Amino acid sequence: MTPDLGAWGAIIAILAMGLASYLCRISGVVLMGYVPLTPAVRRGLAALPGSIVVATVLPLIERLGLAAGIALAAAMTTMAIRRSELLALVIGMATIAAARALGL
Amino acid sequence: MTSLDPAPRQDPPRFTWAGLVLGACRSSVLLPGIVVFAVAFGAAASAKGLTLFETLLMSGVVYAGVSQLVAMELWRPEWTYGAVAGVAFVTMTVNARLILQGASLQPWLSQYRKRQNALTLLFLTDANWLIGTRYHTEGGRDASVVLGAGLWLWIFWVGFTVPGYLLGTMVSDPKRYGIDMVMPIFFAAMIVPLWRGAKAARPWVVAGIVALVAARLIDGYAFIVIGALSGALAGALLDDA
Repeated sequence: MTPDLGAWGAIIAILAMGLASYLCRISGVVLMGYVPLTPAVRRGLAALPGSIVVATVLPLIERLGLAAGIALAAAMTTMAIRRSELLALVIGMATIAAARALGL
Repeated sequence: MTSLDPAPRQDPPRFTWAGLVLGACRSSVLLPGIVVFAVAFGAAASAKGLTLFETLLMSGVVYAGVSQLVAMELWRPEWTYGAVAGVAFVTMTVNARLILQGASLQPWLSQYRKRQNALTLLFLTDANWLIGTRYHTEGGRDASVVLGAGLWLWIFWVGFTVPGYLLGTMVSDPKRYGIDMVMPIFFAAMIVPLWRGAKAARPWVVAGIVALVAARLIDGYAFIVIGALSGALAGALLDDA
């Protein structure tokens, strides 16, 4: 059994979460500082932002359901036509509200 | 390559007001979403018995909404070292995507001083990573944009935790307001400015397929890191020629 941390337990847990988050935030930048930028590494880095976006969104569509998929498609279409994040967000949120109201 | 360059290195760029303000402006479309999410987190924290101080401390130092909500699921009245390590580990797995987001920013941030980047990265989240990535893709080079967007959203994230905490459980379900969809929509919309033709998108297909498979096999949020790394690897291996 590890000892109980008493009254400071919650504060220590929060600070540990903060430290864990900050390590995530800085470690990518720090580690890449030691990787030489060969052409292959450059290509990998160039592919990384889009890969993060796609890897985040696709499984979420699967988890959140058909309504979410329709809303994301509407937002992307809006973005392609008008290039406005605000409009894409508004259309996307309106679509998800409508689709959920319809029971999709 | 830059480190072998014989030309004298330029002084590191400074943060600019113009960049900070631009970042704040670009992030402002997300304010309604951030505000409602912050209210929902404050409500969840009060329901779990955190004090207002603890709730604000968490929003202030963690500043990563999904990991904070996940931590609320694991929250307990009594803490052991093992429990602290457990919640820190879960936080790290939920936020591991920030490692890759940071890595993708590194060639840009490397011109700045270490202490400047230490500050910018303190406020790195999905939102300002996306904003910064789009700005850089369109030719922008002032990293103050990333810091400005992160700081601006942080103020609202911490500030609106208070009314949520005070209002309590009546506002604790983000899904009821569709707020669970704000970041997915923002992510999806960002594919459009990142688009550089079908050939450049081949690694994204790899990332998407691997992420879908990983999401089925592994609980939690590991699918983001596994999928994104697979995409980067595919990008490195697939030749442009």
